[in-house]
Formats: sequence, C-alpha cells, structure tokens
Amino acid sequence: MPAHNLKHALFCAVVTLIIAFPILGFNLVASGTDIVLEGAKTQTMISVVLAAIVVFLFQLFRDHIMALLGKAPALNPLANREPMEQSKRLKLESTFLTLIIIGALIWPFFVSRGSVDLATLVLIYIMLALGLNVVVGLAGLLDLGYVAFYAVGAYTFALLSQYLGLSFWMALPIGALLAALFGLVLGFPVLRLRGDYLAIVTLGFGEIIRILLNNMTNLTGGPNGIGGIPDPTLFGMEFGRRVKEEGNTSFHETFGIAYSSEHKIIFLYLIALVLAVITALVIRRLMRMPVGRAWEALREDEIAARSLGLSRTGVKLSAFTIGAFFAGFAGTVFASKQGFISPESFVFLESAIILAIVVLGGMGSQIGVILAAIAVTVLPELAREFSEYRMLIFGAAMVLMMVWRPQGLMPMRRIHIELKSQE
Amino acid sequence: MQDLLYFSQQLINGLTIGSTYALIAIGYTMVYGIIGMINFAHGEIYMIGAYTALIAITGLAALGIAWLPLVLIVALVCAMIVSSSMGWAVERVAYRPVRGRHRLIPLISAIGMSIFLQNYVHLAQGSRNIGFPALIEGGFRFGAADSFQISISYIQITIFLTTLVCMTLLSLFISRSRIGRACRAVSQDLGMANLLGIDTNRIISATFVIGAALAAVAGLLLGMYYGSIDPLFGFIAGLKAFTAAVLGGIGSIPGAMLGGLILGVAESMTSGYLSGEYKDVVSFGLLILILLFKPTGLLGKPEVEKI
Repeated sequence: MPAHNLKHALFCAVVTLIIAFPILGFNLVASGTDIVLEGAKTQTMISVVLAAIVVFLFQLFRDHIMALLGKAPALNPLANREPMEQSKRLKLESTFLTLIIIGALIWPFFVSRGSVDLATLVLIYIMLALGLNVVVGLAGLLDLGYVAFYAVGAYTFALLSQYLGLSFWMALPIGALLAALFGLVLGFPVLRLRGDYLAIVTLGFGEIIRILLNNMTNLTGGPNGIGGIPDPTLFGMEFGRRVKEEGNTSFHETFGIAYSSEHKIIFLYLIALVLAVITALVIRRLMRMPVGRAWEALREDEIAARSLGLSRTGVKLSAFTIGAFFAGFAGTVFASKQGFISPESFVFLESAIILAIVVLGGMGSQIGVILAAIAVTVLPELAREFSEYRMLIFGAAMVLMMVWRPQGLMPMRRIHIELKSQE
Repeated sequence: MQDLLYFSQQLINGLTIGSTYALIAIGYTMVYGIIGMINFAHGEIYMIGAYTALIAITGLAALGIAWLPLVLIVALVCAMIVSSSMGWAVERVAYRPVRGRHRLIPLISAIGMSIFLQNYVHLAQGSRNIGFPALIEGGFRFGAADSFQISISYIQITIFLTTLVCMTLLSLFISRSRIGRACRAVSQDLGMANLLGIDTNRIISATFVIGAALAAVAGLLLGMYYGSIDPLFGFIAGLKAFTAAVLGGIGSIPGAMLGGLILGVAESMTSGYLSGEYKDVVSFGLLILILLFKPTGLLGKPEVEKI
C-alpha cells in the first residue's frame, strides 16, 4: 500500500471528524436567557466515529474499490442500446401516457380523500416541473426564481377574486398570462446574461417578489396572506353545501345526489389533471416544433446556433415566457386548492424543489420529470418518520446526481450519430 | 447638523456590515476567479463558522474561562478550522468530480450542497434562533447630549480592525507567498499553470480553504454584532456577499472589498431613510442593475469567450 494513500486517508478521516464532531456532538440549548451546551447522545458520537472510520477505509482502499466498481456489471443494461426509431418510440410513449391518464381519471373514485388531495398537489408540481423543464432542461437557462411566477399566478387569482369577484375560470387564463408577462418583462433584459449570472439574477428577482408580497400589506395582506379564495365551479354549479353566489346552483342538488365534501376534492383533482395533461401536450408539441429545436440548439452551443441565424433573445425569451405561463397556471390551481395563500408558500426552497425534480427526472425528458415529481412529493408522505430528513436527502441527491448522472434518471434520448474513433 | 449626524451614523453602520460582506465575498471572488463557478454553499460555510464559534464560546463559558481575548481567539480558531475543513470537503465531494463539465452542472451541485448543509445544521442544532453573546459591550458616543448622538460600539471597531487585518494579511499572502503566486498563475490560465508544474488541484483546494476561513471570521463577527444566529442566516448573507463580489468585479480581490463596503452602505442608507424591510430589495435590485449594465463590475476585467 503506498504511503501517500495512508496519509491521505488519515487526513480525510480527520477532516470528517472536524466537520462532524462540533456540530453534531454538541447541542446548543437555550435555558432561560442563557445558552448551555449539552453533549449529544452516545449514538450520535458513535456514528460520527464510524463515519470517520468508513471514510478512512474507503480512502485507503480507494484504488481497489474503484477497480472493483469498474468491473461490476453496468447497473442499467439498456444504457448502451441504440435509441428506438423515433416513430416507434413516440407510439410507445403515447400508449403509455394514454394508459396512465385513463388510470388517473378512474383512480380518485376509489381511494381516500387524503390521497386525492395529495395527488392534486403532485399534479401541481408536475405542471411546475414541466414548465421549468422547458426553461432549464430544454433551453438550458437556469432559473432559480421560478417560484416567483407561481406566486404571480396564485396572487392574481386571490386578488382578482377578492377585489373583482372573478371566478376560477376567469382568473386561470389571466393568472397564466400575467405570469407570462412577468416572464417576458423580466426576461427581456436579463437573458443576455451568461448562465450562472442569469441564475443569480432570477434568484434575486424571486426574492424581490416575495419581499414585496410580504410588505405590501394593504394589497396582499402581507405575511397574513389572503384567505377565502373561492373554489372552482362546474358550469355555474358550486361544490359547497350551500350556494354562496347568486345565480349559481349547487352540484349535489342539480344531480340529486347526497352532499359529500369529497366531490369538491375530486373535482379539483380532475381540473388539475386536465391542466397537467394540457401542459404536457402543449410542451410536447412545442418540443417538436422549430422553436423547440431552437431551444435545444441554443442550449447545446450558443455560438454555433447564433451563427446559423437563430435569434438568441427571441428563442430564450420564448422559453422563459412559456415556462412562466405554466407556472402561472399551476399557481392559480394551487390558490384554489388551498383557499388561502401567503408569501410563506413561495420561498426559494420551493424553487429549489422544483429544480431538483427537473434535475432528478433528467433534464428535457417529460416522462422522467413526471415520475420525479411523483417521487419527490409522495415519498416524504409515505415515510413520515423521515420527513425531517427530506431536504437533507434532496440536497445530497442533487449533488450525487450531478456527480454520477448529470443527465438524470431518464434522460431524453434523441437519434444521433457519434463519430467513433477507429481502434 | 442633525441630518449630517444621522447620515454619518448610517455610514458607520453601513461600513461595519459592509466590511463583513467583503470578508465573505472574498471566498466567492477567489473561487470564481480560479475555476469560474459560483460557490453557492459559501454562505452555509459562513453559517457553520458562526455556529462553531458559538459552540466554542459556550463551551469555554461552561469551563469557567472568561478572559475575553482568550475566548475570542479560541472561538476564532475553532471556527476557522471547522469552516476550512468544510470548505475543503465540499470542494472535494461536490465540485471536483464535476469540474470542467457544462456550466450549470457545478452550479446545481453547489445548490444541492447548500441545501444539504443548511439542513445538516438544522437537524443537529434545531431551527430556532439562538442568542449569540455580544462579549464586547459598550462604545463611544459623540455629540451633544440633547441632540442626536453618533455611537460607535466597540464591536463595530473590532469588526473594522479585524477585517482590516484579514485583508492586509490576505493581500500579502496573495502577492508574496509561493501559494499566493501560484493562485494568481492558476487564475490567469489553469491549463498553462498545470503545464508549468503547479499542482492546480492543491491550489484550488487552498482557495476554498482560504475563502472558508475568512467566512468563519465573518461568522463570528456578525454573530456578535447581530446577537443571534439560525441555520438559514447564511443563505441571505451569502447572496449579499455574492452581490458584493459582482459589484466590485468578480474575480478581483480589491473589487470584493470595495463591493462589500458599497453594498453595506447602500443597505444601511435604505434602512435609515426608507424602511428596513426594503433593504434586501435594494441589494438585489442593485445586483440586477449591475449585471445588466456593467456585468464586469467596478474593477473586473471583461471576459471574452473564445471558440
């Protein structure tokens, strides 16, 4: 064993101890006005030491482990297959999607109220992730303030219903268009910026929107938020027990069935489902249109794309605006699902979660993004005892994905030719 | 006269905050100057420095050691050691494997790291605000007793002096020492420096370690100044410091100092004359405006993309 390996392994183990021991080993506990230090549980101490030993052993036998890993069979035996023929693949995908949609339509009538509610949330995240996928995955513009457009959609609906009494169906297009307008206005100046600067500017924009919502107390209610947002109606039929607005009828009376609060939840779920399907279909179309090709061309090589005559600003702006539009869509649905919104729902972490969904799913791939949205929303609900570790795992997963599989779990595959060097 | 006094008070407050922003901004600017990536997790490293310092201070108090200079030095050294190890480890785990890939990949990895570290501290220490003992109390007061008085607290003076010392040491280190020279060479041309026998991996690690150590100093100073810390306070401070780095011209160390001071003053003027709630809006707005109209910052060099 080479001596420098031992030295390096020792160093790594010591660093592990240094970064883990003070923070994990001592707990700062407030007692009255003073703060006292308490030692952590023995368990924690033991795991810190174990972690250091693991790091030490890994670094010591690093070369051997890496060689073993190299020999192990590939995890995904399909990784190197030829991509399927485009027409065949599209047909397969369409059948798959149709089956999923039919399943999703029938499903809510057989399960509990809680799961339908969760499914609505999943669909909202799917809409958001599909929209962000256009911006990040296809056009390659890292938008860290995506949640701002979501907030614009939600607040548009809340304010319109509060001040003008507009219904969900009126507010839906207005919210989405207003979000798109915000995207256009913000995008116009900032899209000239290089990738990482763009990320920071959009992050700053997202924070500005949130701070404004928090402080414009007269208009938005500040941190208290806006409540009493009306539920959507079905052709003027309301889903409450009693009709709130004049001229409307109630759903259960019209159809002569007993009132059940589940109707509303299922109806909302179906609206979200329809909107998510519309989002997915529209984006699928766009991807195959010239503008979709242009997004990807610009992402792959900006200079080459420009020299072929693509307008950089125009192409980027279209991606940005379309992404913002669908965020506005999702925001409106979110506002009517919650019935109450406050700036708390639109923090940076939310942007990061949506970004994590896109990254995990495989940038650019729609099915991957949908599956990732389901996983990211449903898994923490299933494993409630681990829910406090949710964000920790998210962060770690983002790093690991970037290191091992930056293309995501289900990357988008296109027919392409690679020049192979002759051996 | 009254107005002038009020203005000077805001100026002093702004310069205090600004000099700590400058300390954090050094970490961003050095890393960007060398490998061209935004180290998003730097704010978290600063937060971890503040937590370590607080743990050290509380620990010493429990042992009954209360001699101020000793407490400060021990806290500072502990914070610097833990933060720099963190900086080193973060680079090793999250950035080195993705170096040289598409620009967005290290950035996403950095965001993941930032979320991870925030929640690491959150889980270990809870999410509440924790009070940070001021340690250095009192200050000078100027002006007539019946009108507005300018006050400069000892802690503000400490912050100024510490920042000044750190900056001087850093400048000397960068301009005189062997590693500093190598740092400059690597930031000019990484490939060429490699060819000339500089161990670039080590230099990049060194940059992260230096940046993290300075962030830890800022963590201790700002913890004492604000009087409380929580696991999220690194995020906003990190953004501010990044703004400072961009304002001064990212990649330039004097630029980071200048940017930090300007940003600090702009912020305290906003809270002094408009409203404290809008100070974040002003700094982000400033960031957006600079990036739009002068992306190279005040002292930065333009970046030309070669094919």
